[in-house]
Amino acid sequence: MNEHQHKEHSLLAADFNRNEPRVNWHDETLWWVRQKRDRMAWTLPEWEALREAASCIKHNVLGNLHDYLVEFERNAQQNGAVVHWAANAEEHNRIVLQLLREQGVKRMVKSKSMLTEECHLNPFLAENGIEVIDTDLGERIVQLAKEPPSHIVLPCIHKKKEEIGELFHEHLGTPAGNADPQFLTAAARQHLRKEFIQSRVAITGVNFAVAETGEMVVCTNEGNADMGAHLADVHIACMGIEKIIPKRHHLGVFLRLLARSATGQPITTYSSHFRKPKAGQQLHIVLVDNGRSRQLDRDDFRNSLKCIRCGACMNTCPVYRRSGGHSYHNAIAGPIGAILAPNLDMKEYADLPFASTLCGSCSNVCPVKIDIHQQLYKWRQVIVQEGHSKPAKAASMHAMNMVLSRPGLYKAAGGAGRWVMRAMPAVVNNKLNPWYKQREMPEAPKQSFADWYKKNRSK
Amino acid sequence: MSSREQILAAIKRNQPEQQELPVLDSFRHTEAGDPAAFRKVVETLGGQVYEITSYTEIQPLVAEHYTDVTRVVSIRPEYFPGAITGWQEGDGRQLEQVDLAIIPGQLGVAENGAIWITEQEIEVRVLPFITQHLAIVLPRTEILPTMHDAYARIWSPSAGFGVFIAGPSKTADIEQSLVLGAHGAKSLTVFLIG
Repeated sequence: MNEHQHKEHSLLAADFNRNEPRVNWHDETLWWVRQKRDRMAWTLPEWEALREAASCIKHNVLGNLHDYLVEFERNAQQNGAVVHWAANAEEHNRIVLQLLREQGVKRMVKSKSMLTEECHLNPFLAENGIEVIDTDLGERIVQLAKEPPSHIVLPCIHKKKEEIGELFHEHLGTPAGNADPQFLTAAARQHLRKEFIQSRVAITGVNFAVAETGEMVVCTNEGNADMGAHLADVHIACMGIEKIIPKRHHLGVFLRLLARSATGQPITTYSSHFRKPKAGQQLHIVLVDNGRSRQLDRDDFRNSLKCIRCGACMNTCPVYRRSGGHSYHNAIAGPIGAILAPNLDMKEYADLPFASTLCGSCSNVCPVKIDIHQQLYKWRQVIVQEGHSKPAKAASMHAMNMVLSRPGLYKAAGGAGRWVMRAMPAVVNNKLNPWYKQREMPEAPKQSFADWYKKNRSK
Repeated sequence: MSSREQILAAIKRNQPEQQELPVLDSFRHTEAGDPAAFRKVVETLGGQVYEITSYTEIQPLVAEHYTDVTRVVSIRPEYFPGAITGWQEGDGRQLEQVDLAIIPGQLGVAENGAIWITEQEIEVRVLPFITQHLAIVLPRTEILPTMHDAYARIWSPSAGFGVFIAGPSKTADIEQSLVLGAHGAKSLTVFLIG
């Protein structure tokens, strides 16, 4: 890709920040979810031991992924499922399209799957004349608004209820001006029940796939994955290859961590274990690589594959909370998205590892102990070395390197800089200087620290 | 080379050195789960719990607490005499008009209010989701402290489908306002028996 298809994170964040009360609301709402997570975590004395166990299990998975995938495939096939392998997003989409064409369907339901977002399945199917109805309420709302989800767990966290009321008025025929969450949810329930009843094919995501049993666990609060999958003649489950866990009892660890980390609930309402297709039903499992095996080879970044998609790193991130999910222009936003995306396309997502203060809060809340902030820092090195940093930034870093490595030049430059800031402040206090944005430049002292030290040491 | 072979070869080439799995025994409990704690969590999740000593108490409690229930599916006739019969016939869509389903739960988890249910008992998978209201009959003695204890019991799958259900279906997708009754059952009642 030669040209970026979108603005970079800092500019998109600036757009989001035009409406200050709204940014504050977004920030506070997500912080409230983070606080709920804290309260839940603190009720378990073994919380840290659980995080450590989860991280170790996932580490074991990364080291045995080949064998676990083969074991999962064998058991899934014995259970009566058909297993497909997709090397990339295009192949994933082709497989799903082929299955839908075999069924002759033009419309079907899908529950939440960040993988299908990553593969851009919905637009691909739309181009091929098949309409996907997203059934998670938040996903349905952003779908009606023709937007991508802005958060992996809370897809329409950026929307106000009045806007949702408007959308429902336009698309579902609810009364204009009604923005009551209870009423709107009831309207969506009725609307989507019709879709569930009519749909012959259902796509779901997968939270965990158990090698030992060949089963898949799907977690929802709404019950939409179950309504879709149990009523459909064909259930298609799409999953990244890193969703594998070795044994069924390991679910105990992950189900204790997932919802507590995500929304501060003790567990999701439904944790559904799909092992065999129901009588007369087809069950298809699509295993997708799409860059994951490449990430597995990167010592510094492979731990990102431990992610269980809880979204805790987003809720706590001071940058995400104030820039909004869409500013990351990637299916997965926030800190975890910023370490996954450069693996998909380093040039396209070169801005994302810089969208962080490196405060480390993401790593502190991560239930599988991914060193997210350290990976953000390491991606910056890789991106600059590979030549994907912006020319202006590269040039200024180069100049700084030249000055800082030459004491004589440093002294001369300091003197010149202080003189310029005193005599002609407009040269630095202008929009061309990125440091002047939202900051006052300091008043320049008359002498340098070195001069001051020389003068005062003699006393 | 097929995608399968290509993916597996790349993984084999790139996967790091193997690390042992952790031992999880320290998370297990020897004592039984606390029914009072279980009850408290279910109520926090928006469900209600009635402690009963006989199935005959179920029908009067339903009459007392539900105003909008006429079509009742009961997995066991003794839960609710006179419930619908022949409801199993069909692909699940026949259950669209069910107001209340009363089903047995295998075990409950005190730490999170989750109840384990499998296809073996419910026969039609969609039943606990498509019904407007759900009631689960759970023996008091089958409450375990945590999810680790639950999986120690159900470590080997016995059915093609199983689900932990914790509370009624819900969503907070609209401005984080909690609303009960998203796509699954709008309410959950647990009858703790024993």
